[in-house]
Amino acid sequence: MVQLLSTEQMAEFANSGCLFFDGLIDNETNKEFLNDIGHTDIENVDNMQKYFQNIKASSSIPRIPAGTPLKNAYPHKSPLEKIFQNEVVAGAINSLVGSEAVVDHQFLHLTFPTKYFKKTNQRQMSQVNHQDSTIDPRITFDIQLFYFPTDVTKEMGGTRYHPGTHLRIVNEMGIAKYQNIKGQKNIVCKAGTIGIFHNGLWHGAGVNFSDEIRYMFKVRLQPTEKQELLWDPEKKYKPLPNKALYWTDENQEKTVNDILMKSYPWQEADTNRLDKINTIKFWRMLTGHKNLDIDYWLTRIENELY
Amino acid sequence: MPKRQKVLVLYLKFPSLEAEVISWATFDGTGQKLHMTGDSDEPPYPTGLDALLDGWRLFQSSQAIPEHPGDEFRTSYLKHEFFFEKIEEGDF
Repeated sequence: MVQLLSTEQMAEFANSGCLFFDGLIDNETNKEFLNDIGHTDIENVDNMQKYFQNIKASSSIPRIPAGTPLKNAYPHKSPLEKIFQNEVVAGAINSLVGSEAVVDHQFLHLTFPTKYFKKTNQRQMSQVNHQDSTIDPRITFDIQLFYFPTDVTKEMGGTRYHPGTHLRIVNEMGIAKYQNIKGQKNIVCKAGTIGIFHNGLWHGAGVNFSDEIRYMFKVRLQPTEKQELLWDPEKKYKPLPNKALYWTDENQEKTVNDILMKSYPWQEADTNRLDKINTIKFWRMLTGHKNLDIDYWLTRIENELY
Repeated sequence: MPKRQKVLVLYLKFPSLEAEVISWATFDGTGQKLHMTGDSDEPPYPTGLDALLDGWRLFQSSQAIPEHPGDEFRTSYLKHEFFFEKIEEGDF
C-alpha cells in the first residue's frame, strides 16, 4: 500500500519545488546498492571515466530507453526496484506524476574528493547553478528523484539547491553567473535519503572536500496523465476562504495557504509578488480549483470589467 | 606595475544601490583567490551602497525593461544586476 503525500507536503512542494525524506531507505538496501556498483576507496581509482564505465558494465543499473514506464524499468529484486517500491517513494511519485510515469533519463552522479584532483593534477571546481534541461514553459512538470546511498556530510559538497526557484523560466546554464544566492542550501543527509525536485529547481553539485567518493543516483520521471489531485483521489481538498489582508493575528494556526505563500531571501521585492501569483496558478492546476485564490493576488487582477 | 581587474557582481532586492544584496559573484583577475559557485552563504556587502563605500567602482547596471504584453507574470532571471570593479596593481 503506497503512502500518498499529504496536502501540506504537496503545498510544500508547490512552494519550494522540493521534498526530502531523510534516511528513508534502509541500510541493507544502501549497502546492496553500493556493492552492486562496485564502490571502492578513492585510492583504488585512477580514472573517473574508467570507474564510471565499470559501473555501467557490471552493475544491475539497466540501460533504459527514454520513455520506458517506471514500473518496467528496473530488474526484479535489484536495489533500485526495492527503492522505487518503497511505499513512501512510490506514494510520492504517484502523488506528483502519477502511477503511469515514464523514465526520461537516469544518471549516477559521482563527485570525487580533493585527493583525486591532486593526483590527476586537475582543478577542482563546483558545478555552476543550472536548471534542467532546457527552457520549459509547461504547466505540466516532471520530477527528479535523488537517492543518496551514503551519508552526505557538509564537507562532501552535497547538491546545492535554491528553494522556490522552480517556477522561474530560464534557459539551463543561463543562471550560471549567480555564484551565490541568498538562502542557498546544500544537501547534508543520512544514507538512504530521497530528495524530489520539481524539474525547474535551480541547483548544482558542490565540491567534495572529504576523502570519500560522493554518489547521487538521479532519475527524471515524466507524467502521462494530468497532475490534478493525484495525492487526493477522494477530492477532499477545499480551498480556504478569503481572509482580511494586512490584518495579523498572532494566535492564528499555520494553514496550507501559509505554506504556499512562504517567501525566500533571494526573491526581489517586485518579482516576489509574481512568484506568489505563479505559485497560486500552480496550486490551481494541482487542485483543479480554477478560481482558487490566496491573499487576493489573482482576484485583484482578474477583475477586468472592460 | 601590471594592473589586474577584480569584478564584483551584485544582484539587489530592488533597482537602487541602497537595496539588500540577494545574489553575488566575484571574479579575481589578480589570481589571489579562486571564487566558485556556492563558495559563500553570506553576501560580501549588505547593500550595493556598502560596496561603493569600500572602493568598488560601478561600471554597469541592468536596464528597466517593461514586461512584454501577455508575459507580464512570467518570472525568469534575477532583475537588478550591478557590475563593479577594482583595479589592482602588483607583481602578478
